[in-house]
Amino acid sequence: MSNWLMAGLLFTPLALATTSLLLNFRQGRALAWLGMVLQLLVSVGLRGLVKQEGGFYYSLAGWDAPLGIELRVDGLAVTFLLLTTLVASGCGIHAGIYLKPDKPWQRYFWPLYWFLWAGLNTVWIGGDLFNLYVGLELISLAAVGLVALGGQAEALRAALRYLLAALLGSMAYLLGVALIYGQFGTLSLAEVAHQVRLMDQAELMRPALVLMLVGLALKTALFPLHGWLPPAHGIAKSPVSALLSALVVKASFYIAARIWLEAGEVVATQWMAQLIGALGAAAVIWGSWLAWCQPRLKQVVAYSSVAQIGYLFLLFPLTFGVDASTSLQAQQGITLQVISHALAKSAMFLAAGNLILAVGNNRVDALAGVSHFLPFSLFSFGLAGVSLMGLPPSGGFAAKWMLLQASMASGQWWWILVLVGGGLLSAAYVFRIYRASFLERDEKDHFYHPDRRLEVVAMLLAVASLGLGLAGSQVLSVMALPFEEVQ
Amino acid sequence: MTQLVLIPILALLSSMLAAVIIFALPEQRHRLRTGINLLAALIKVVLVGVMTWGVIHQLDYGLSYEILPGVSFELQADALAMMFAGLSAVLWLLTTIYAVGYLEDSPNRSRFFGFFSLCVASTMGIALAGNLFTFFLFYEMLTLSTYPLVVHRGTEKALQAGRNYIIYTLSGGAALLLGMIWLQGLAGDLSFQETGQLVDLNEELHPQLIMIFVLLVAGLGVKAALFPLHGWLPQAMVAPAPVSALLHAVAVVKAGAFGIVRVVYDLYGIEFAALLGVLEPLGWLAAFTIIYGSVRALAQTDLKRRLAFSTVSQVSYIVLGTAVFGPVGTVGGLVHLLHQGIMKITLFFCAGNYAETLGIHKIHELNGAGKRMPLTSTAFTLAAFGMIGVPPLAGFITKWTLGTGALNVQMEWVIGVLLISSLLNAAYFLPVIHRLWFQPEYDWSEQRRWGKLETHSWLLWPPLVTAVLTLLVGLFAALPFSPLSWAKLIAAREYLP
Amino acid sequence: MSTPLLYALTGVVLWGIGLLGLVGLRHLLRKLLALNLIGSATFLILVGLAQHHNGPDPVPQALVLTGIVVSIAATALGVVLIRRYFHLTGCTELGNGAEGSKEDRAP
Repeated sequence: MSNWLMAGLLFTPLALATTSLLLNFRQGRALAWLGMVLQLLVSVGLRGLVKQEGGFYYSLAGWDAPLGIELRVDGLAVTFLLLTTLVASGCGIHAGIYLKPDKPWQRYFWPLYWFLWAGLNTVWIGGDLFNLYVGLELISLAAVGLVALGGQAEALRAALRYLLAALLGSMAYLLGVALIYGQFGTLSLAEVAHQVRLMDQAELMRPALVLMLVGLALKTALFPLHGWLPPAHGIAKSPVSALLSALVVKASFYIAARIWLEAGEVVATQWMAQLIGALGAAAVIWGSWLAWCQPRLKQVVAYSSVAQIGYLFLLFPLTFGVDASTSLQAQQGITLQVISHALAKSAMFLAAGNLILAVGNNRVDALAGVSHFLPFSLFSFGLAGVSLMGLPPSGGFAAKWMLLQASMASGQWWWILVLVGGGLLSAAYVFRIYRASFLERDEKDHFYHPDRRLEVVAMLLAVASLGLGLAGSQVLSVMALPFEEVQ
Repeated sequence: MTQLVLIPILALLSSMLAAVIIFALPEQRHRLRTGINLLAALIKVVLVGVMTWGVIHQLDYGLSYEILPGVSFELQADALAMMFAGLSAVLWLLTTIYAVGYLEDSPNRSRFFGFFSLCVASTMGIALAGNLFTFFLFYEMLTLSTYPLVVHRGTEKALQAGRNYIIYTLSGGAALLLGMIWLQGLAGDLSFQETGQLVDLNEELHPQLIMIFVLLVAGLGVKAALFPLHGWLPQAMVAPAPVSALLHAVAVVKAGAFGIVRVVYDLYGIEFAALLGVLEPLGWLAAFTIIYGSVRALAQTDLKRRLAFSTVSQVSYIVLGTAVFGPVGTVGGLVHLLHQGIMKITLFFCAGNYAETLGIHKIHELNGAGKRMPLTSTAFTLAAFGMIGVPPLAGFITKWTLGTGALNVQMEWVIGVLLISSLLNAAYFLPVIHRLWFQPEYDWSEQRRWGKLETHSWLLWPPLVTAVLTLLVGLFAALPFSPLSWAKLIAAREYLP
Repeated sequence: MSTPLLYALTGVVLWGIGLLGLVGLRHLLRKLLALNLIGSATFLILVGLAQHHNGPDPVPQALVLTGIVVSIAATALGVVLIRRYFHLTGCTELGNGAEGSKEDRAP
C-alpha cells in the first residue's frame, strides 16, 4: 500500500508535468483537475497510514542509503503534504480560471506548476541532505519560471533577481552539505544528527551549519536578505504569488528548521540563536512598516509576507537551550504559524487578485466602494487579515498563543513583545486596506465582476485559516504520532 | 450531546448563523432579512431564559474542550453570565427592531445586519466565557465585528473614528493578551470560579500579580471607557444611532466593565484583590472617571456627544461598585450593569428619533420637541431622571445601594462622589428636559412625517418599552426577579464559599 | 599540503571570487557566470575534500554529477530570462543600479 502511495506522491506530479508539456492550457487544466484529486487521495491516504501505523522510512526502489534515496514520512511531513495539496489545489483552480488561456506562453503554466508541486513533496518527505538540495532547486527554478511567465520587463526583472538570489542560496547550502559529507561520510539527516552528538568538538561543524542556514535564510527571505521577495511576489500573477508566499518560502524554512532541531543544540551557540531571532523580529517590524507604506495592493501583501516570515524564525531561539516541553510548544506554535500563514496568505493573494480584476487597478485607494460590489472577496481578504494579525479565533492567533507560551516558559520574555507588537503593526496595514474599501465615493465606478468560482476558492482558504484556530489541537496531534526508530 | 452543553452553543450559534445567512442575502430582500433578524433575536431570548431558569435551580450549563495544548475553550453559564446575557439578548431584540426602522432606505443593510449579528454573538460569548482565554477570544471578535458598524456610513469622519476606535481597542487587546499570558505562565489555565483562586499562590508572586492586574484592567478599561482610555467613545458617535445604542448600552462598554467584574470577582477574588491593595486605586480611577465624564458632558453641544460622555461617567459606577469591598457595594455595581443599559439605550433611541424625524443633532435644536414628539420626549425624560437618580427609578436604586455599601466599609468618600455626580447629571440633563417641554418650538428645517404617529412605529416602540422598564425595575426592585434581586444572588454566591 | 586541503583552499578562493563577482558586477551574464563559478567551486570542494575512505568515493561524484545537471538547467533558465529581458528593454543590467541578489531599493 505504501508503495502505491509513495509512487503517487512523487511520480505523479512529475508525470503530469511532462504530459502537460504536450498539451495546451485548456487541456492542461483538465488534466490538472484530475491530478489534484489524485494528490488529495494520496495525501489523505498517507495521513491515514501514518496515523494507523506510525511514521516510517522509505527507501526509494529498495536501495538503501548512502547511495539510495531515503525518505522520511512522519506526522509533520504528512501534515505539510496535506497542506500543500489544499493550497496548491486552490491556487491551481484559481489559476485555471484567472489566467487567460489564449496567450501562447500560458501552456507552460501547468508543467511549471506540477514541477513546483513535485519539488514541494520532495522537500517535505526528504530525509537526505542532498535530496533536499535537489528538491529546493526544483522548487526554485519552477517558481522563477512561474514569476516570469508571460510578464513584462518588470516581471522579468523580478524573476532574475529571484533566480540569482535562489541560486546563491542553494550554493551556500550545497557547500554546507559538502562540508558535512566530508566530516561524517553520510548524507542522511538522521545519521548526521546522531553522529554530531557523538563528536568531541561539535563546534567544528559550525561553519557548515552557518553556511546552510544563511543559504536557506536567503531562500526564505529573512531580513536582511529579503530584497528579492517583494518584487517577485508583488508582480507575479495572483495565483502564482499565492503559491510562492504560501508554500515555496516555507520549503527552505522547513529544511532549516529540521537541521536546527536535529543538530543545532550541540553545534550552535546561544548568540547565534538569539541573533536569528533578532533578525526575525527586525523582519516583522521592517516588513510591517513597508507594507503600511505601499501604494499598490499586492505589494502590501508581499511585504506582509516578509513580516510574517520573521515570526517563523523565532523557532530558533525558542528551541535552543530550553527544556523539552518548551521546545515542543515552540515547534507546535511554528507549525501552526506555517499552516495558518499558508492558508491566510494564499487566500489574501487570491482575494487581492479578484479585487484587482474587479477594480481594474492595482492601487489601494482604488478600492473605494468595492464593498458593495465584491463583498465576498473583500470578506475573504478580511478573514485572512484577521489570521495575519493574530486575532482570535484564527489559526494565526493559535500560533501566536503557543509561541507566547513558549517564550514565557523559556524565560525569553522579549519575544513576547515582538509577538504582541507585531500583531499591532500588522493591524496597521490590514486596517488600511479595510478602511480603503469602506470609503464611499460618489462617482460611479465601473466594476467588472470576476467569475464566482474565483471568489469561492479564496473564501474557502480564508475560512480554513479561521477553522485552524478552533481545531488547533487536532492538527497538532498528528505531529505527535509515533515514529519508528532508525534501522 | 446533553441539553446542558447544547443550549449555550445554540445561544451562540443563533446569531452566528443569522450573520452568515444575512451576509449571503441579496441587498433587496429586506423582509426576509428582517424576519431572520427578529427570529434569531427571539430564539436567543428564549434560550437565555431557559438557561437563567436552569441557573436558578443550580443546573450546570457549559462545556469545555481543549482547543490548544494547555488551554481550553470554556463556556459556563453562572449567575453573573446570565445577567449580562439576559441584558444582551433582550436589548438586542429591541435594537434590532429599532435598527430596521432607522436604516430604512439606506444602503449596505446586509453588511450592517451581518456584522450586527456577529457583534451580538461575540457579546453572548463574552457573557458565557468560562475562562480568560475564551473571554479574550470573544473580546477581540467583538472589536472586529464592531469596526464595520462604526465606519458604516463610509464618510471621512466615520473612517477616522473607526481608525481611532481600532487603535484604542487593539492596544487594549494587546495589554489584555500580555496580562493573560503572564498569568498563564504563573498559574496555568484558570477558569472563572466564584471567589477566585489566586490566593493560593506564593507570596513572592504578589508583585507580579499586581502588575498583571494593572495590565488586565488596562486592557479591559479601554472598552469600559475608563479615564484616560475613553477617547474613542465620543468619536464613535458618528455611527448610526442603533450602533451607538448597542455599543454604548449593551455590547462594547458593558463587555469591558463585565470583564473587570469577572477579573476582580472570579479570577482574583474580592478578598485577595483587597489584600493586594489594587481595589482602592481602581476605585479612585473609577471615581475620577465618573466626575470627569460628567464635567465633559456639560461642555458638549451635540446631543449624542453629551450622551457619550455621560456613558463614560456612568459605566464607571459599575467599576466603582466592584472596587467597594463588601457585598452591598458589589450588588450596587452589578445591578448598574442592567440599569445603565436600560436607561442609556432609551436615551440613545430617543436621540436617534430626534435626528431622524426632526434632523436634530445639537441640543439647542431640541427646543419644544416635547410638543412635537411627546412620547419620545417622555421616554427621554424618564430615562434622564433615572440617570440623575430620582426615586423610584432605576438609577436611584443603584446609587442608594452603592452609597450603603460604601458606608458599610467606611469608604465615605464614595458618597461624596455619588452626590457630586448626581448634581452634575442634573446639571446636564435638566436643561435638556427644560428645552424639550418648556421652550417654544425650534424651526426644524428637515422634518419627516409618518402619518398619525410622531415617528416611524418601529422607532417609537423600543424606547417606550425601555423607558417603562426603567420605571419598573426601580419600582419593583424588591421582587424576586428584579435586577436587584439577581445582583444579590450573584453577590451571595461570590462572598460565601 | 595534502591534496584535499589544496582542493579545499582553491575551492574557497574560487567561491570568494564568484561571490565578489555576483555582488559587484553589473552585467547580468557576468553575474550568471559568477554563479557558475561558485557552483564549480562547490563541486571542487565536494570532490576534492569530501573523499572518504582514502579511495575513489562514488557518492560525492554522483552528487557532483547531479549538481552539474541542475546547474545547467539553472543557467539555461537564466540565459533565457536574460535574453528576453534584453529583448524587451535593451538593458543588460537590473535597473536602478541595484546589486541584484541581496539589496532592494525601497520602492
